[in-house]
Amino acid sequence: MIDAILQPWPWYVSGPLIALVMLFLLLTGKNFGMSSNLRTMCSIGGAGKVADFFKFDWKRQVWNLMVVVGAVAGGFVAAHFLSADTVIDLNQDTVVALESSGFINPGEKYVPDEIYGWEAVTSFKGLMILIVGGLFIGFGTRWAGGCTSGHAISGLSNLQLPSLIAVIGFFIGGIVMTFFILPYLL
Amino acid sequence: MKYLKFIAIGFVFGIIMYKSQAVSWFRIYEMFRFEAFHMYGIISSALMLGIAFVQIIKRRNIKNIYGEEIQFTPKAKSVTRYLLGGGIFGLGWALAGACPGPMYVLIGAGAYSILIVLAAAILGTFLYGLVRSKLPH
Repeated sequence: MIDAILQPWPWYVSGPLIALVMLFLLLTGKNFGMSSNLRTMCSIGGAGKVADFFKFDWKRQVWNLMVVVGAVAGGFVAAHFLSADTVIDLNQDTVVALESSGFINPGEKYVPDEIYGWEAVTSFKGLMILIVGGLFIGFGTRWAGGCTSGHAISGLSNLQLPSLIAVIGFFIGGIVMTFFILPYLL
Repeated sequence: MKYLKFIAIGFVFGIIMYKSQAVSWFRIYEMFRFEAFHMYGIISSALMLGIAFVQIIKRRNIKNIYGEEIQFTPKAKSVTRYLLGGGIFGLGWALAGACPGPMYVLIGAGAYSILIVLAAAILGTFLYGLVRSKLPH
């Protein structure tokens, strides 16, 4: 049992548990969506002075920031106390593709040094990857009115057609980036 | 104390996300290359159970812990905003290898450079708020 917890969790354990998180939030009178807290942070920072979009009673959204606090703590505990190692057991084709882009031992660490390591982050290209990635995430998710949790899990669970369109959009963007842009960046 | 349950839910979410590896850049890359079932298995099994939960709540009229009706707000009807906004989000998701939830999990896990992505995502949300009225929705 302990060993099973320390190993990576298979999809058929993780997926249903994520559905339970959504259920808990519904039962506590909320909704599962991890991107609206970004708007709340803008409001707390005073963005309501320059754009009406951020003029709302952010105190009603504090619960969402508490979920964020919990997620940070959960990530800490899982990484430091609940994991035997950090290896990602990637498909061999994925490994080969990454190696041909210059990645060293892809999947050996939880996140690639080539993207998140100190050397990458302090280079102009590496810094741009993280900044542009973040800008797209923040801008796109609000335009689409939700991210993976809000649309792909919550919205689709409620059989919302708009969420299906959004998820199709996510995948169009993701495929374009992975096949047509990343090969020139990495 | 009313916030304690949300910290607890977030805590459980953080552990699940880390242990599922869904917050790893590698898994997102592998998913978009369609080279593993892992991510699709997570999303589809979450979804199947999620659909069942929502149907049970609606049909049995299950109340939340405050005894109130559970509200499902329908998403506004549109195509443009979902396709374009979703597309931009997808570009960022595949580039940074993280979406909003996993960013927080990764901070806890010690991948501190994700803070740059988070700061940029807050800025991106702010920029959206500035130009919102000029965008098609």
